[in-house]
Amino acid sequence: MSTSAQVIYDRPVDQVGIEERAASLAKRSIKKDAKRAGIRLAISMLDLTTLEGKDSDGKVRQLCRKAVRPMPEDPTVPSVAAVCVYPNLVPVARMALAGSSVKVASVATGFPAGLVPLSVKVEDTRRAVDMGADEIDMVIDRGAFLSGEYSKVADEIVTVKEACGPAHLKVILETGELETYDNVRKASDLAMASGADFIKTSTGKINPAATPSVVLVMLEAIRDYYLETGRRVGMKPAGGIKTSKQALHLLVLVKETLGDAWLTPDLFRIGASTLANDLLMQLVKESSGRYQSEDYFTKD
Amino acid sequence: MSTTVKEEARGAARARIERERPAIEFGNAWDYSPAPESRDIVRLEKRYGLFIDGKFVPARSGKTFETINPATEEVLAEVAEAGAADVDAAVRAAEEAHRRRWSKLAPAERGKYVYRIARLMQEKSRELAVLETMNGGKPIKESRDVDVPLAIAHFFYHAGWADKLEWAFPRHKVSSIGVCGQIIPWNFPLLMAAWKIAPALAAGNTVVLKPAETTPLTSLALAKICQEADLPPGVVNIVPGAGETGAHLVNHPRVRKIAFTGSTEVGKIIQRALAGTDKRLTLELGGKAANIVFEDAALDQAVEGIVNGIYFNQGHVCCAGSRLLVQESIAETLIRKLALRVETLRLGDPLDKNTDVGAINSRMQLDKIRELVACGVEEGARMHQSSCAVPEKGFFFPPTFFTEVAQSHRIAREEIFGPVLSIMTFRTPDEAVEKANNIPYGLSAGVWTDKGSKIFRMTAKMRAGVVWANTFNKFDPASPFGGYKESGFGREGGVHGLRAYVELS
Repeated sequence: MSTSAQVIYDRPVDQVGIEERAASLAKRSIKKDAKRAGIRLAISMLDLTTLEGKDSDGKVRQLCRKAVRPMPEDPTVPSVAAVCVYPNLVPVARMALAGSSVKVASVATGFPAGLVPLSVKVEDTRRAVDMGADEIDMVIDRGAFLSGEYSKVADEIVTVKEACGPAHLKVILETGELETYDNVRKASDLAMASGADFIKTSTGKINPAATPSVVLVMLEAIRDYYLETGRRVGMKPAGGIKTSKQALHLLVLVKETLGDAWLTPDLFRIGASTLANDLLMQLVKESSGRYQSEDYFTKD
Repeated sequence: MSTTVKEEARGAARARIERERPAIEFGNAWDYSPAPESRDIVRLEKRYGLFIDGKFVPARSGKTFETINPATEEVLAEVAEAGAADVDAAVRAAEEAHRRRWSKLAPAERGKYVYRIARLMQEKSRELAVLETMNGGKPIKESRDVDVPLAIAHFFYHAGWADKLEWAFPRHKVSSIGVCGQIIPWNFPLLMAAWKIAPALAAGNTVVLKPAETTPLTSLALAKICQEADLPPGVVNIVPGAGETGAHLVNHPRVRKIAFTGSTEVGKIIQRALAGTDKRLTLELGGKAANIVFEDAALDQAVEGIVNGIYFNQGHVCCAGSRLLVQESIAETLIRKLALRVETLRLGDPLDKNTDVGAINSRMQLDKIRELVACGVEEGARMHQSSCAVPEKGFFFPPTFFTEVAQSHRIAREEIFGPVLSIMTFRTPDEAVEKANNIPYGLSAGVWTDKGSKIFRMTAKMRAGVVWANTFNKFDPASPFGGYKESGFGREGGVHGLRAYVELS
């Protein structure tokens, strides 16, 4: 695979310009029907996530219940797209989600730093898939990327993709550590050329994470890659997305960069742990006209 | 025979490639609901008078004209039309105010008045934005985020200069000129009024301002603000009307200075009229700016700059980037990106907060745009147009660009003043410079490259008053704005702009 040749492209991103564009799209006024539909869409795109050292079977089971039925009193509220956990908790999630449409996603490849030998990354991935993960969220080796070892990064992605078998591969760039938009663009191009099904901003362990401008750079990379190859790569912003307003802004970015085809959980996900309740709260507010106490929404 | 077969086969193959080419659809999978800004904040009067000597008065002739909303064609109000006698009264009021009060006021006190106008505009910013959009057709997001804040910024900026003129022009004694006649266009009605009035007042002059005949309402709102600010009567006078009113003002013997923003054609008439008089003159006229995109530019941001350059305010911008010069090696990629981006522009109700492209200012302007676009097609350029729906009522024109444009086409030479872009290609930096400068205008230009050294090399060679690098249509009260060649002379903004309103000795 000629991945390294493909990332030699120099596609500079102008910092002022990209931030201006992202900010201007934040000014779209999303009201009434658009807001209701957008919130439902965002719920269906959620990767409900728990990635803590203290995660346990009980915690994951509770999260899974929330994932299948985010709002028990209103069955028309859709299930989320996936539950995202550490590999050890994949079997628990698998069992809890049996019979539902919700996918099991597992982080792998020495998450969150990715600084383990490739053989360990491959083993990590295989085990997670064997235990029942539908989707693998891998991290790239940022040290290698920043020291210019692009082919090392690309080869690892190719190898992990093979290890995934039928599972979908999301490649986490950890944009907060790449720092520049030029790097984000380069890493996006590299990940897509190496076979990523999704590209994802962040682990959630580093700040800044999924800023609107970073998301926009990645969406533009996805668009250009699609126009060149015909392959649709998905996008997953994750980290720091807590409010409905942020989620709707992300949908605006997708709508006005990639169009209708990407406005589906198959191609757009939002990784978050606390966003769900804010979406639900806004949804109830839209129908009742009032905000409810946060105690009406379960903290899972 | 066999050639035909081959050609057919080739044609079929091309068609297949076209079909299978990945396409991006911007549809309604998730659409925005209408989000109209409320008109309730604006209290329209049925009739508006002239603003002379601190009072609103009818025209002596009793003449009025209707002013409409170009997005709906509904009549908003009747406005008094100033004739020769009214202009004379306004100039005399301004002269009296200058002689008796304004020129004698302590500079710091003058500054306070200008500052007070800025503060009052700030308080009424939403009202001003809605009114500007209703009367001019521009999207509310532009009047709200650009026109009104910038207009306010001009007053704030110049308020600061009022008592510092000796520092602006060291080693000179600075005094005011007297009555300034100011004529402004319809594309940025309030902003242009601010550009004209703020420096004039700060420097101790009084003004008679004629707004454009299609957009008098925000100037009259500003007149009301002057009243509320307790500005001494006669310091600011507003005389709505058409070309004839403007001619009375230009030719009035007691006017000491004329500042005109508008078409090159009218600018030439004014300059002829003033020849041999001792009136000062600054002209800010038309443009046909080149936006130059190099292959090493950040292309997506360049596309944003191109869109902002030509579709901002429906292209009714004298410094619009109406000619795109793109390096041949990336022309196809860039044009494809641009075509996609144009599809996402939302055309429609200017009061909707999600509207990107509003209404054309007048039927006359719409006709002019249509005529030039038809000419472009006839001359053989290839037209690309947004597939957006165009409202039946009101004056609208879809965002349009032409490829395969030759330097000699009319659409590459003449100012269209609408949402129409002409795209040409170049191979080397020198060719880009030559093409960019090969036009009678010289108001603005844009250069897009990721390479700093290239920016300096290019900007030094551009014969244009403003050159933007990796951005477009950026304005600031501290930054002088004005043209080369047939785009006029004199600067507005900054110390350079102040120079036009002071007498140095």
